[in-house]
Amino acid sequence: MSHSEESKNLESSLHGLAESFLSRRALLAGAGGLGAASLLGLGETSSASAAAKKTVRWANWGLYLDYDNKSHKYPTLEAFKKATGYNATYQEAIDDNDSFTAKVAPQLRIKRDIGYDVVVPTEWMASQWVANKWVQRFDDAAVPNKKNVLPFLANRPFDPGRHYSLPWAGIIAGVAWNKKALPKGINTLDQLFSNSNKGRIEVLSEMRDTVGLVMMWQGTDISKPFSADKFHNAVDFIAKKVKDGYIRQIKGQSYSEDLVSGDAIAVIGWSGDINQLNLQNGNQFGFAIPESGGTFSTDNMMIPSTSPNKAGAEALINYYYDPVVAAKVANYITYICPVAGAQEAMAKINPAQAKNTLIFPDEKMWAKLKVFRDLTKKEKSDFSTAFQAASGNG
Amino acid sequence: MTLTVAPVKKPRSRKIGMPYLLLLPGMLWLITFFLIPILTLVKTSVNMDLKNYDPTSAATGSFWGNFWEAFRTHEAPFARSFIYALAATLIALCIAYPLAYGIAFKAGRWKNVLLVLVVAPFFTSFILRTIAWKQILGQQGPVFHLLLNLHLVTYQSHITASAGAVIAGLSYNFLPFMTLPLYSSLERIDPRTLEASGDLYANAFTTFRKVTLPLSLPGVVAGTLLTFIPAAGDYVNAEILGNPSTTMIGNVINAQFLRTSNYTLAAALSFVFMVMIIGIVLFYISRAGTEELV
Repeated sequence: MSHSEESKNLESSLHGLAESFLSRRALLAGAGGLGAASLLGLGETSSASAAAKKTVRWANWGLYLDYDNKSHKYPTLEAFKKATGYNATYQEAIDDNDSFTAKVAPQLRIKRDIGYDVVVPTEWMASQWVANKWVQRFDDAAVPNKKNVLPFLANRPFDPGRHYSLPWAGIIAGVAWNKKALPKGINTLDQLFSNSNKGRIEVLSEMRDTVGLVMMWQGTDISKPFSADKFHNAVDFIAKKVKDGYIRQIKGQSYSEDLVSGDAIAVIGWSGDINQLNLQNGNQFGFAIPESGGTFSTDNMMIPSTSPNKAGAEALINYYYDPVVAAKVANYITYICPVAGAQEAMAKINPAQAKNTLIFPDEKMWAKLKVFRDLTKKEKSDFSTAFQAASGNG
Repeated sequence: MTLTVAPVKKPRSRKIGMPYLLLLPGMLWLITFFLIPILTLVKTSVNMDLKNYDPTSAATGSFWGNFWEAFRTHEAPFARSFIYALAATLIALCIAYPLAYGIAFKAGRWKNVLLVLVVAPFFTSFILRTIAWKQILGQQGPVFHLLLNLHLVTYQSHITASAGAVIAGLSYNFLPFMTLPLYSSLERIDPRTLEASGDLYANAFTTFRKVTLPLSLPGVVAGTLLTFIPAAGDYVNAEILGNPSTTMIGNVINAQFLRTSNYTLAAALSFVFMVMIIGIVLFYISRAGTEELV
């Protein structure tokens, strides 16, 4: 068979393939596939044009709002709708800071609606949003509850006076484990990376949490200036654990699914997640801050510069800064509550939770937590390149 | 004579212009959505120096220097992409050939139903299907339990988060791309050639080897290309079914673009990968076209 004949054959066989697809498509159309598709399309355009003014579209992390398993609704969000007359949609759209921001950044740059009126990035990323002018300044009169923010969070360097952001919750990264597989629990990173956990360990793709925990274990104070060597030492350790097959995957919040499925039995994870997983799956998991310390940061509610519904977003943020509402949320999500007065409100809802130091940390708890220091642009690039290389992506 | 020449001339000039006119929509499409993006890609690949990468500096990189640097520092994920894609293509071929053969020659009136079943996975999302594989192969899934009961694995071992799981996922996800061209070339074989082979005292195996297989090779070439190319560029399977030591070049590009924001490196890697794929495909087609198929 000659070359040209062969390519002709190839061509006709590709053509045959296209034809068989075409007939499948015709079959679909006959089955009403097209009808359904056009109906869906219609629904979307009408909701976008008519309701955009009223609906507050909220992008948040998973396991981050009180949820009722029976009604499949978010009780406090339903109450917000009733109280204010705004409609609201809630999406667990953020799996980690980098990927979420990279997804919406192109639209923010050309000033097109990103589809959300409230977003909740972590502080280090929130500071980049503020620096890039991707956020709208609050109208203080529309957010009177702003005064309830805990004093130590009221004047963070990236947003003194909290004109662009309010913390949604404080997050602690520590270690979590499957109680059945590890009845003794985990108190140190040595125990986390022990031989018996090999291949069943997962760590967060949030660099500051995973590398931060390892650095603290290696004796570095991550909140004070440290040299690049200290950082790279920790990354080298992680890279070795990946190479030797200890670390199964490095991922965002979806580590929680692997804990539930049993694919992972020991993880670096976030405090509140574990409590919610326990609520949903029967008390199966444990969480602890390692003896060497855990990382602390906040996730911050902000209004993207592209939001067409600033008033609605402000109403929502203000609503969640009511101490009683904040207590209801904290009671469910069990992350650190940034709203003053919520502890007193919690005492009425659930007295035991009012003493939970993972929600309302005491002095002893604060002593164990450190905030990862700000990085320069060059450091951020070098460090995240090194961390990605350790994650197999470099 | 002059009378007959004049009318002939007119249609001929129209004929020359016509093909270009017909090409115009396609060309415009390709220029807008292929050529311009490729040029942007090349431009982005050299807008910073990759050898001494510093996002705060304005130094640009050299053309060959940046591509070489991108390739040199990522040999492993490049190699994995091609090895996994090759393995997945071979597995898909071994599964799809008997399947397509059965549908083409033995299925009778079930032919159409079976073809619909082959493309049925396309009715659900690619990512959902891959996540389903994670459940199937996972620690509480049926496969692991079966192997556990057969004492082929221990409770400590795992099937997901491995190269094998990535290859299995790739083979499964691109199987229809292999099956359909194979079916289409097998189905077109004239049954009389098979009868003739029998008449000439060839047994079933010889008939398959000397008649069916050579006649179906165009389908094999089309199927392997349609499987290999997307499989090599895939990153979903490695992301969901793999571990940090099984990342493919797509994962690296994804991470460089979305996490470290090193657009220069992401673009250079994409370009190098594209050139490599084109090279492999050209080599394969020229080989398959001249010697293997005679």
